[in-house]
Order: sequence, then C-alpha cells, then structure tokens
Amino acid sequence: MTPDLSKFDLVIAGVGGQGAVKVSDIIGKAAVSEEMSVRAAETHGMAQRGGSVVNYVRLGCELGSLIPCSSAHGMLALEPVEAMRYIHDVAKDGIVVMNNSPIYPVTVTSGQCTYPDPQEIVTRIEKDYRVVAFDAVALAREAGNMKTLNVVMLGAISSYLPIPEETLVECIRNMVPPKTIDTNLEAFRLGRETTRQ
Amino acid sequence: MSGREYMLGNVAIARGIVEGVVDVVSGYPGTPSSEIVDTLASMKERDFYIEWSVNEKVAMEVAAGASMAGARSVVTMKHVGLNVAADPLMTLAYMGVKGGMVIIVADDPSCHSSQNEQDTRRYSVFSQIPCLEPSTPQQAKDMIPYAFELSEKYEIPVIFRSTTRISHGKSDIELAPVRQKTGKIKFEKNPDRWVMVPKNARVRHPHLLSIQQDIRGELEVSGWNELTIEAESNVGIIASGTAAVYAKEALDRLGITASFLKIGAYPIPEDSVRQLLAKTEQVIVIEELEPVIEDQCKVIARDVEFETEIFGKADGLLPRTGEFNVDICMEGIAKAFGIDSCECKPAKQDMELPVRPPAMCPGCSHRGTFHVMKKVFGEDAVFPSDIGCYTLGIQHGTVDTTLCMGSSISVASGIYDAGEKKPICCTIGDSTFFHTGINSLMNAIYNKSDITVLILDNRTTAMTGHQPNPGMGKTATREPTVEVAFDRLCSAMGAEFVEVVDPYDMAATEDVLERAKAYEGVSVVIAKRACVISAAREGIRYTPFMVDTDLCKGCRKCLKFGCPAIEFDENSKNALINSMCSGCGLCVEICTFNAIVEVKK
Repeated sequence: MTPDLSKFDLVIAGVGGQGAVKVSDIIGKAAVSEEMSVRAAETHGMAQRGGSVVNYVRLGCELGSLIPCSSAHGMLALEPVEAMRYIHDVAKDGIVVMNNSPIYPVTVTSGQCTYPDPQEIVTRIEKDYRVVAFDAVALAREAGNMKTLNVVMLGAISSYLPIPEETLVECIRNMVPPKTIDTNLEAFRLGRETTRQ
Repeated sequence: MSGREYMLGNVAIARGIVEGVVDVVSGYPGTPSSEIVDTLASMKERDFYIEWSVNEKVAMEVAAGASMAGARSVVTMKHVGLNVAADPLMTLAYMGVKGGMVIIVADDPSCHSSQNEQDTRRYSVFSQIPCLEPSTPQQAKDMIPYAFELSEKYEIPVIFRSTTRISHGKSDIELAPVRQKTGKIKFEKNPDRWVMVPKNARVRHPHLLSIQQDIRGELEVSGWNELTIEAESNVGIIASGTAAVYAKEALDRLGITASFLKIGAYPIPEDSVRQLLAKTEQVIVIEELEPVIEDQCKVIARDVEFETEIFGKADGLLPRTGEFNVDICMEGIAKAFGIDSCECKPAKQDMELPVRPPAMCPGCSHRGTFHVMKKVFGEDAVFPSDIGCYTLGIQHGTVDTTLCMGSSISVASGIYDAGEKKPICCTIGDSTFFHTGINSLMNAIYNKSDITVLILDNRTTAMTGHQPNPGMGKTATREPTVEVAFDRLCSAMGAEFVEVVDPYDMAATEDVLERAKAYEGVSVVIAKRACVISAAREGIRYTPFMVDTDLCKGCRKCLKFGCPAIEFDENSKNALINSMCSGCGLCVEICTFNAIVEVKK
C-alpha cells in the first residue's frame, strides 16, 4: 500500500458470469469522471465460462494494471472461495467485502472436490484483514433481481473507494439497461447500507 | 470526437486505427485480439471496409492486396495466428507495400487463452519487418497512426505487438482528432514489385536488407524509445512493453535510482543502448518471453568492448516463460544489483480450495453431442479435437488431442494411418472447420482415412465472443451474405457419408453416430444447434427443468453429465437443478428414473 503509486488498488474476485467486469467498468468510469487516472486488468476469453475470475482496478495510478502481491487496499469478493483464492493480493489489514453465498464449481457438484465451509473462510480471512461478509444473493433478491448481485457488492465496497457515491450512482444509471435502473440503484443502496460508516 | 475516455486496450487500438485513417481492416478472431475488429465492425457508421476473414493467412493477404492498391490496411490476429499467416508475411517483407499496412498481433504470455506463448518479436527479427510494442493502452492507440506513416515511408508493413495486459487492460485514454482521408486508391501494374518470381525476389531481398539501418535510425529517435540517464547511478534497466511499466514500479518500491531505457520499437535503438552501457556497470534487461533485446544488447556490448554486466534471462534472474508483474521485476532487479528485497511471500494458505475450471455453459449443445459420442464410440475410442469452446470437453474425456486450429481431422488421419485399430472420432467447430479444417477433411477423404468427423456447428465463433463466420449467412457488420452449407461442401470434397443432426435430439444423434461409426471411410456428421448464449440473446427461451424429489434416487448420474445447473443436495441426498438451467432438456434423457421434469408454469 504505497499511496504515491496508487490511491486505491482493488482486487475483484468472482466467478465468470457474475458481472465482475461490469463492476470494474463502473468503478473505472466513475474514477475517470473524477479526473483520476485508472488502470485495470480483466479476465476475458477461456476463463469467462464459469471459471475463476480476478480483475484488478487501480485508482489514481499511472503504472501497470497488475497489483503487486499483498499490496491491494481492498478486495471485492463476489464468491467466498474466490475471496480465499486471491486473498494474498490484499495488504494486511486491507478491507475485504465479500458475498458469503457460494457458487459450487462443477468439480464440486460432480464430486471431485469438496467445498469448504464459507463461515470458516470468513473466520480465516478475519485473522489478517478487515472483513464485511454478508449474503449478497439475499440482498439482490430483495432489490428485485438476482443478477444485481454485482451491484449490491459494488454498493458495499463503495464506502471505501475514493469516489463520491453520487458519481458511482450516476455511472450505474448510464451503464445498466434503462429498464433495470431502479432495481440496480436499489441493489446499490442495499449494498451500501451494509458498510455505511 | 476528442477528450478522455475509459477504454479497453483493444478498443483504444480500434480508436487508433480510426484516428490513423484506415481503408481496409481484416482479421480472424483470437483471444486477446478479437475486440479490435469487433469494435470497428459494430460502429454505426464507418468510411472503411471491414471483414472477418476465414483465417489469418487469408486476412493477411486481403490486407496486403488492399495495400498494393494504395489503401491503408490493418490485419489483426492472435500470436499463433501469425504462424498461419507466416507464408504471406515472409514474402510480403520482400515485396513491400504501398498504402500503410499494420499487422496487429496480440501475444498471450502465460497462455491465459492459448495453446502456446510464442513471442511475435521473433517474427519481426525473422522477417526483418519493424515492430512497435506499446507499454500502455494509451501508447497502443497513439502508435497506430505512426505505424501507418512508418509503413508508407519505407514501403514495408509494420508489426504491432500487443499482449494480453495491453489488449485486455483498461485505462483512461486521451483521444486525438480523426484525420481527413487523403489517399488515392489505384492498383498500378508493376510486376517487378508485385510478382515475386525468383528474378524479382533476388532483387527485393537485398533491398529489404538495405533499408534496415534507415528504419532503425528513424525508430531510434521516434519517441517510442525513451532513455533517461541518471548521472548518480551506475546501474541501468532496459525494458520493453508492459514489463517496462512493471520495472518502473519495481524501482519505486525498491527505492532505487537507475538509468532507464524503455524500448518500444524494433530494430532496437542501438545508439541508446550504447549510451546506457557507457554510463553503467550493471544492467538488467526486462522483457516478457524471449530474450530478444537481451541477446542484441550482449552483441552490442561485445562489439564496443564495454564491460558492463548484462543480466536477464540467460543467467536465470528473470524467467523466459509466463507474463511478468511487479514482484518478478523487483526480485530480478534486487538479485542483479545485489540488494535486499522483501520477497513477496503470500501468507501461508493451508485451506484446500476446489478448482474452478471454465466449463461448457448450461444448455450447451456440445455437452449432448459429447455424451452421445462417448456412448456410441466407447470411452476407449480416440477423440482428437480442436480449438474452441468444445475444448472444454477435456473434463468429460472427449478431447484426447488439441494441437492447433484445424488439426483435429489431420491428427485423426495420422492416428489412423499409424495403424491404430480403435475407432476414431474427431470434433471440430464450425469456425475452426472453415479456418483450416476444410483442407484436413479433403486430405482425409482423398487419402482414404477411416474416421468419423463430427462438425460441432453452433452457428457462431463462440469462444472468442460470437463473431460471424461463413456458415451463418452474415458478415462482420451483420449484413446478410451467402451461407456456406457444410453438408454440400463436404459432399463436394468427396465425402459419401454426410448427415446433419440436432444434438438436442440425443436419440436421433445416437442413431446417426452408430451408422457413422459403422461406415468404412470418412463419415461426416454435422451437429447443428445454435450456441445457447446466441439463442438467449435472440430471445429464445425454454421452460427450465427441476428434480422431482419423490422420483430421484440420488444416483448422481445426472451430476456426471457436468452441467453447472445440476447440483447435489447433501441434506436430502437428491439432485437439484439451480437457476442456471436454460431448459435444454438434455439431462431428462440421462435420468434413469424420469425424475427430471419441466418446472410447472
């Protein structure tokens, strides 16, 4: 965590199809409209088909898009096992906002691997990091659409980002399908409530 | 339009192509290059021609032809695509061009989505075609208009090497205005230039060699290479591409001052290298993949008898494989200059995590085809396969080989020719078949192979982002065009067993595959069913399925089918179908107990 190299380095971990790219897009666009330099790295192609996905967003950074090991200010984890998989990217005492509702990989459903207890993941991560864990699936459902899970999570991490809430809200308005604006804004609000400081 | 926008690297490259005023764009999809043509093809209005070609060789020749007629052209591909296009590339270097021609090649260090991690800069050295290598998405955009100018000045194509982290990185991008079109299009007959018979090639080869020093001199001062000499420091860094940016961050984090030469253009800036070597005692060369710069720096150092120590890959301080990051650079720099670095040691993580490989989507027709294929041919049969979404069938035991685009059929022939007695059934996707599978099929038929060729026609080039191909009846810009018919094409090549099946109808597919297996000679089966993602985008919806828990015996047979929509509930010991179900109904036929039923409306 070197503030002169980057204002905020964020790791976004999840599963292909959960909308991780959309979240990093909204954050990136919002930061650019706040006159910040942004660098981001995304997973495309092969890894998108339900595979493990990790994206990096560096706000106020003019260097490369990859965040050095154990130095991210925060992590947004859309899935518990994926939080654990990439937790080493985050600096000690960094903020970890995670959805604790699992998505079982095919390796688990077909019996080749076992899925660890999500509560155990939270407990492990809490040893070294500040953790906010909650059931984002339930909140997305409450907002009116399961697919808004990514925006619920964006709302939750937004309290820690160096970007004004209004700017993010404006970007969501402009970047989601017009018919889903209200649902997405509600999702954002519900997410933000979990971390309102 | 100008200003500052947040863009994907490939979108920035597309913008650079527009700013540089292009006339013709061609390409073949391949991660991480595809979004360049995707972006340009989806523009509402454009004053240039654009196409998805059937393969990279064809794409390269289309761009070369346009350039011979005086047009500015761009061809895009992934690194391995350049192997396919290597034939025109090597002679195009002799022949040269008229309108500026830029060959955009996206490398994939670490093989994020590729079968190898070859370094395109080697092709630049091999072909003697200059190469530009950006270190940020911004620079990628800015380099393209320059690449056109360089190409026109020396009448030689220019290679533009991107990598995954440029192409799939995002950044705020400062836009520049789009220039006015000025070029005149006219093909002028000039056999000495455009006909590479031996007599002319013998003249063009020395010509190619003769312009190298001028190109190098021009690139030396082009601004794409940056030399910063730190008078107080006796160490130096030479770095290229994204590695140069990582190296800068590594220096900052280590708190070291070093002279720095960033290389963004090849042939490399020899004068700058000499200046750096003269001012330093130790230098580390930081570049991803091949030691292209490192080797040349060592030659330069030897020629001028400098005693500067040059570190890099040869001594093992930096890896020759995989992509770089700040940590790798910090470690290499620290070792080279003998300083302590706090090596990154991720906190020990003893929790065993389930692997999460990419999988075929719920409702993917390939899953049904593979299931029937395995049932008919038996698990012991040989299943050569190819490159596309269906390569994910590796998890289902239905992909025994994958070499390169189009190789499934020829590899199947070779296995048969070797005398393998087990049944052989190879799989190849629609776009891959058009790419290079046609030749292989013709060869197999002509040379009397006894194999089954299963063309998985999901009506799109799915893996790379659903680009149109000649089997779909639409062009890159979604204009209607002729639809190439697989069955008639295969028949015309001499195939006598050609059948089309719907893989959602597993019983009918099984019947056809049984007959194909029994057929002596090359049997071709076309499994035709639109990709489930394209179908959903077109608004096709099916009723999802659920498990009737009274009928389910918990035998887990459906789970082995490997659909992400099927889970097992450990509490009730029943299978369950989750919200990802797309309603393909394939699992209904798998269940022995008729426990999978449509969700009641």
